[in-house]
Amino acid sequence: MSEAAAILELRDVHTHFPIYNAWGRRAGWLRAVDGLSVSIARGEILGIVGESGCGKTTIGKTIAGIHKPTAGSILFEGQDIGPLSPREGRDTRKRLQYCYQDPGASLDPHWRIGRSLAEPLLIHTDIPRSERRDRVREVLAAVGLPEGHLDLYPHEISGGQQRRVGLARILMVQPSTVVLDEPTSGLDVSVQAIVLRLFLDLRERFGLTYLFISHDLAVVRLMSQRIAVMYLGKIVELGATEQVFSAPRHPYTRSLLAAVPIAGGRRVTRDFVLEGEPPDPTNKPSGCAFRTRCPCAEARCATEEPPLRTLADGIQAACHFAG
Amino acid sequence: MKRLLRDRSALIGLIIIAALVVCAVFAGVLAPFPEDVDTYHLPRRLLGPSAVNFFGTDRMGADIFSRLLFGARLTILIAVIATSAAVVIGVPVGLVAGYYNNRFSDLLMRVSDVFLAVPQIVLAIAIAQTLGPAIHNVILALSITYWPFWARLVYAETRSVRNEVFIEAAVALGASPLRVMVLHVLPSIASSVIVRTTIGLGGTILVAAALGFLGLGPPPPTPEWGRMIAESREFLPTAWWYAAAPGLAILLVVMGFNLLGDGLRDALDPRLSRGGDAP
Amino acid sequence: MHPDLLSVRNISVSFSTEGGTARVLDDVSLSLRRGEIMGLVGESGCGKTTLARTILGALPPNARTTGTAILFDGLDLLTIDPGDAADEIRGRAITFVPQDPFSAFNPLFTVGDQIFELLRWKSPDRRKFETGYSRARRRTDRERALTLLRRVQLPDPERMLRKYPHELSGGQRQRLMIAMALLPEPRLVIADEPTTALDVTIQAQILMLLRQLAVERGVSVLLTTHDLGTAWEICDRVTVMYAGQVMETAPIDAFFRAPAVPYTRLLLDSLPSGDAPLRGIPGDVPSLLAAPSACRFHPRCPWASDICRSTRPPVSACGPEHEVRCHHPLVTA
Repeated sequence: MSEAAAILELRDVHTHFPIYNAWGRRAGWLRAVDGLSVSIARGEILGIVGESGCGKTTIGKTIAGIHKPTAGSILFEGQDIGPLSPREGRDTRKRLQYCYQDPGASLDPHWRIGRSLAEPLLIHTDIPRSERRDRVREVLAAVGLPEGHLDLYPHEISGGQQRRVGLARILMVQPSTVVLDEPTSGLDVSVQAIVLRLFLDLRERFGLTYLFISHDLAVVRLMSQRIAVMYLGKIVELGATEQVFSAPRHPYTRSLLAAVPIAGGRRVTRDFVLEGEPPDPTNKPSGCAFRTRCPCAEARCATEEPPLRTLADGIQAACHFAG
Repeated sequence: MKRLLRDRSALIGLIIIAALVVCAVFAGVLAPFPEDVDTYHLPRRLLGPSAVNFFGTDRMGADIFSRLLFGARLTILIAVIATSAAVVIGVPVGLVAGYYNNRFSDLLMRVSDVFLAVPQIVLAIAIAQTLGPAIHNVILALSITYWPFWARLVYAETRSVRNEVFIEAAVALGASPLRVMVLHVLPSIASSVIVRTTIGLGGTILVAAALGFLGLGPPPPTPEWGRMIAESREFLPTAWWYAAAPGLAILLVVMGFNLLGDGLRDALDPRLSRGGDAP
Repeated sequence: MHPDLLSVRNISVSFSTEGGTARVLDDVSLSLRRGEIMGLVGESGCGKTTLARTILGALPPNARTTGTAILFDGLDLLTIDPGDAADEIRGRAITFVPQDPFSAFNPLFTVGDQIFELLRWKSPDRRKFETGYSRARRRTDRERALTLLRRVQLPDPERMLRKYPHELSGGQRQRLMIAMALLPEPRLVIADEPTTALDVTIQAQILMLLRQLAVERGVSVLLTTHDLGTAWEICDRVTVMYAGQVMETAPIDAFFRAPAVPYTRLLLDSLPSGDAPLRGIPGDVPSLLAAPSACRFHPRCPWASDICRSTRPPVSACGPEHEVRCHHPLVTA
């Protein structure tokens, strides 16, 4: 992919959190994101998957500016936004929005919906009141909600509608890129499909680029063109979605895909093999972080950390034995 | 609001306070002897309650009932100004300290701790004594000793609200700290502040009366309720009405504010927590 | 000896709340055989957790239960003496694995303390009315506990007994919960969304374990879940609920091959899959305070007709052990 088309580029991003012991002294670091590099093209949907502790939520929040990266650079539309706080990078970040897992919770319960929707415009623009009102109405219609909702409070509408309002709020400032953090988590399956369809419609209508972070592999497979698999702060596999799903290269990806139940398909529990649990991110194994659970691990894996290298068909995998 | 009116004790509180306000505003009309605030009729001193003097007369022969009504004005004045000052100082301090969790907030809280460490009355006495007996000194003493209560309350509430998703979302949106504090945090904690302020009004009246009782309030012949009780001491137990009347007034008013505050707390809390929870 | 271990017959439960009466369960019937793993599947608000609680007898005080019976091995749980129920049934013959393994534990006591607390009252070796805890029984119980902890693949069981709940990971806690549910040697285990809060790789391990143990010990399992994939993995039969009503009960293969009622068909169509376009079920789950009449799915059902609004459909069979409650089933016998 050419550099020119990349709208968001992460170069060796690290986000570490200090851990304090009982005496308030720093006892170590939680390396939530530990050297992540990826480019996202304009208009693409990149899926990021992984289990708890892999760092996918942290990288989403780091891109949004809620956490500051400890090292590395985040280039958005050519500008390094890493060191900027949400307030400083306000103008640049206007075009890069973060959507919470439950967008409805991002609404102030004491504010009417119309006011919550107008707030981004007040913060980021100078447009006059009448124009603001028009813009609000337009976006509200785009997410499929009636105008009457403008005068209601969040608790007066259903959870699903709150979610749409939260989305509308993000779209108010006309972003080009949206980080979607677990957008369907906790949703009933029947509602999930509708929400996903809404995301796709909005993407088409507003020309959006998505960073789709989720632990639900089936959903990510449906939505993303490319997928990045994370484990303990690093990307272990990166490539076109269908390629990764049909022929995963990294042992972790293989185990992960093997673990996902497919209703009506093969049964996972018949012969699932992955033992153990993800190690503690504050105490990562040396070399390859996955070696403690990997069926193919050898001595080399403990001493040498495998880099993310590009294989023959374009997939990137971080394993000594992939290829 | 409807819920509040359904709560009987809160309703009683509301009535009492409404009565207080009416007395204060219309004292001139309601008092049978409005001139008794500063004139005296020695032949009529220390008369018991009668149809003419509802609560009897005091040592100067003035009608206690009339003096009480005018005293209501003073009571309200002191309570409202002192409490308002405390709120105006305490709430922003607590808000800023709670929003930013840094050395500066620690400093602000330590300062308020210093004030809280000393019993309010003692501190108020010390201040009033130094400055001399006058209304404005009473108000000053009360404001200075009272603001830390609000600061502490707002600090605790702000800190808990600070971590809510919608606050984080507003920050991520690029809202300035001032905007977040005033437009988002403050409305969320408003109910606690309102309840505390209502009860605080009652507390202020009590301390003001105590100061008046000790002679640190406005000088005679101002019909301050606390002072009236102090004056009555030498004539007890015969002229019981002399102490009973202002005492009863103070009791009723403070109780009124407390009842209203309690009722407000019940009315405001569940309404706000009834968020849109999906089944 | 009854063929069915558990038979829930025409049970309705309503909660009286500030906003009115919520009819959370409406004429629900369910049967579970010995050694069977039944999936109780449904989306939010369908009543599956309430049904689980009703069987356990753990409903809040504002709940009213009406109906024919809840037969457990011939015993009617609705009319049983509450003292007997607490002693013999709950926590003994019927045990519970909760959704959130963390809040089920007391954070102040060690794992061992909590296991022994459980065994003191619910050990299979305990005789009725025994109030003490003899040294001999303590020893056998300890062996029993350690064996089971090893069986659920918890590392180093002796050290595990000395740990506190917060020192364990989510997967370990759930294994522990399963072990504790099996210690009293129950006949029925009710598992409420046991893997919802877990990562997918851990989920696979736990489900595998649960099935193996159930089969080994001949224990019946009633598993509630909103995830059809989970039900597919280990259940023999499924019961699908919507808004407090049972829609369909079917053997697992038949269900996934050809769902027989509109709701279940639309539900399966909503599952994300590579080939089919995204399709959901428009509309919202109804509020149980003002539930739709008769068949509660009719406002959202493309096949709905007048009879669906006026009369509750009777139970009808559409295949071997395949029952539906619908006026317009998509599969007929």
